[in-house]
Amino acid sequence: MHIRPILVALRKHKLATFLIAMEIALACAVLCNAVFIIANRLSAMHIVTGVDEASLGEIVVTGFDPKEASDLNARMIAGLAAIPGVESVHAISSVPFGPQAGTAGVTLDHKNYGTVIDYYMGDPGTIKALGLQLVAGSMPDTDDYQAIPDKAWLPPSARVLVSRALADQLWPGESPLGKMFWTGPYQYRVIGVVANFMGAGANGGGRAEWSAFVPALPGGTLAGTYLIRANPQDLERVMTEARNAVATIAPHVVLDRENSQSIPVLRSANFATDRAMAGMLIGVIVALLGVTALGIVGLASFWVAQRRKQIGIRRAIGATRGDILRYFQTENFLIVTLGIAIGMLLAFVLNAALMKFYELPHLPLYYLPVGALALWGLGQLAVLGPALRAAAVPPVVATRSV
Amino acid sequence: MFGYYLDLALRSLKRNRVLTALMVLAIAVGIGASMTTLTVMHVLSGDPLPGRSAHLYYPQVDPTPDNSYYGHHKYPLPMMDDRSAVDLWNAHPADRQALVVDSAVKVRSPDSTLPPLMLGMTSTTADFFPMFGVPFEYGGAWTPADDVGRARVAVISSDLNAKLFGGRDSVGKTLRLKDSDVRIVGVLKPWRPTPRFYSVAGGIGANGQGADPYAKPEDVFTPYFSGLEINNGNFQQYTCWGNPPAPGHLENSPCVWVSLWVELDSAAKVAAYRDFIANYAQQQKALGRFQQTDTRMLDLMGWLDAEHVIPSDAQLQMWLAFAFLAICLFNTVGLLLAKFLRRGGEIGVRRALGASHRAVFAQCLTEAGLIGFIGGVGGWLLTLVGLWLVRRQQTPYSDLVHMDTAMFVTTFVLAIAVSLLAGTLPALRASRIAPALQLKTL
Repeated sequence: MHIRPILVALRKHKLATFLIAMEIALACAVLCNAVFIIANRLSAMHIVTGVDEASLGEIVVTGFDPKEASDLNARMIAGLAAIPGVESVHAISSVPFGPQAGTAGVTLDHKNYGTVIDYYMGDPGTIKALGLQLVAGSMPDTDDYQAIPDKAWLPPSARVLVSRALADQLWPGESPLGKMFWTGPYQYRVIGVVANFMGAGANGGGRAEWSAFVPALPGGTLAGTYLIRANPQDLERVMTEARNAVATIAPHVVLDRENSQSIPVLRSANFATDRAMAGMLIGVIVALLGVTALGIVGLASFWVAQRRKQIGIRRAIGATRGDILRYFQTENFLIVTLGIAIGMLLAFVLNAALMKFYELPHLPLYYLPVGALALWGLGQLAVLGPALRAAAVPPVVATRSV
Repeated sequence: MFGYYLDLALRSLKRNRVLTALMVLAIAVGIGASMTTLTVMHVLSGDPLPGRSAHLYYPQVDPTPDNSYYGHHKYPLPMMDDRSAVDLWNAHPADRQALVVDSAVKVRSPDSTLPPLMLGMTSTTADFFPMFGVPFEYGGAWTPADDVGRARVAVISSDLNAKLFGGRDSVGKTLRLKDSDVRIVGVLKPWRPTPRFYSVAGGIGANGQGADPYAKPEDVFTPYFSGLEINNGNFQQYTCWGNPPAPGHLENSPCVWVSLWVELDSAAKVAAYRDFIANYAQQQKALGRFQQTDTRMLDLMGWLDAEHVIPSDAQLQMWLAFAFLAICLFNTVGLLLAKFLRRGGEIGVRRALGASHRAVFAQCLTEAGLIGFIGGVGGWLLTLVGLWLVRRQQTPYSDLVHMDTAMFVTTFVLAIAVSLLAGTLPALRASRIAPALQLKTL
């Protein structure tokens, strides 16, 4: 295929060529960035909580007097455990994707509180029910579970578990076992490290995975939130029955319906806006590719109609159908390539703008060849129809009314 | 003349239906996407109190021991400790002033068989209602004397009145808030300031939590000091630089958790109030209670802007939609160019018969405008579909997203503007066609 004659022909249609190339360029820039945003949202949605999500749910009640905390705990735990299918019930402060319950800054030097973590509290048996995986040190003993004093929101001093991510943040490159950390007057010694344990408020980034588990006995501030473990197949039925049972177990408290859900339901609700955003972006991408393809079809059709006579002459002097077909395909390839070249630059400009205003990371380089391939493919598909019509022009056209 | 051009345009559009459909579709889709996101932004970025907002201000002082507590903020934390807020409120230098603090409270009614409810309660002062223009269905606000006297009174939302009392006049009835009885003195009309400007702090707060700025107003309003007594133990801090003496009890704690709003009706009063809070900060530093003397006071819209209440997703979607509209624009330019130049012969004849450059240009633009109008109708329908999709999403503002007259008009203005813009270049090209060359090839 000779490219020179195509370039010469394109020079006669500078404006139209430029317009299609710009359309492709913009499409390339938006496509790369939109796909990148979708990929970011989807990867955020795959955060590892470190707990047996499919078997777990929580029941949250409010509106009780702190003085009756122990009594309420006893009634709720016994009442919920009586529901058929419930494997165990525990007093816990919150669960991953549940309401934020114990977010606080921690310090190693009593000055710098830069690391903000999620504190979990739970009764004996909570760790087992959650299914946390110990990777170093040991689990708390029975003696480690202490009552929470009046007016305190955590046991003031305890031996605790931390997530791997938190250990790496506080003591990079060192063994965290036996180390101390503080939140105000509260002091904690690390006795074990768990592989993953996501904080209750999933806020993305490294912070979501910074959490500590403080063993505690039910009562005081550890009341009103209960972890339910059940067989995954029974979980939704068990949760429905548990929500209904609260009215009979403790008629005077208020059930927090929004948060009294299984962890899979809480997880899904937590990422609802991300899913909506991804959906909207997919819509934009589809419409964008559609419009671009239609633009190519329209202009190529016009050119084919305009050049009917020339095509006829070329056919009459020996060009095959394949030659004509390839002419239009090559022409489209050249225009799309020009568009992609400008589009790659635009993609980086757009990405830089997004990084500035919306905390988006750098666009990885491999998005560009993938985006280019997609647009080349789109261009070839779009031009195929008009090019086939061009190839079907009979040579006899050349003899008419020249 | 315009009628004739319109007739020509219609004929031309009918001649090549596929190309016409392509152009109309491109404009309709581009307008549909842009207007959907623009309508969402229009709802989210609106002025919650048109006419009043320019006179409402949000003073801030800095009670923290050092500015490491600012976090993302370059300015004082977005809420105050109760002592500073009450001091500033007590001095009453502004035309109106209201303390605001939100908490969750357990609500029961002796007149209803409903189980207890957990509802949001705004504890504020009497000026809140006239200052923010809150409309009453029955009764009215409590008096300044009730603020100071810690009266057990409440104003409830129209929603709660419907739930507990079937929408009837419930003034004088009793409500049980936690363990205290309060007398209802007022019932609001449906009231939905968007955003809920008076408690937006915390959107990007230290803990990333905080009430959603587009949520409905709280259901129960009580006098500030009464509220603190009634719901003691259930208050949430924005952030603390030390441990509160007891969980949920924040009075005189090292925490920020209270807001103050003031109404200042003239520039002189605004300047005087700025001096007033600056002096207050200096005086507190002299007393040893403050370490910092930074203060700030933004007006309502400035405050919403500083707190970034508009969700960044909505902004991002709007920019992407407009990038998409730009693609549609390029597409339409290309297609119009093809269409006009194809009619070179026809245009040549018109020129030869005496039509000026301008006449041909006007005729081409008329055709482009007509395409824009038809595309606008399609875009309007697609926008309605888009908004329906937005309303199906689970966002606190989904129920607010509707197209108003301004956005309806904008749809068509934008569609026609885009198509005229797209038509300009092709129309210029078409009007420059040399008649002789075209006539020769006819």
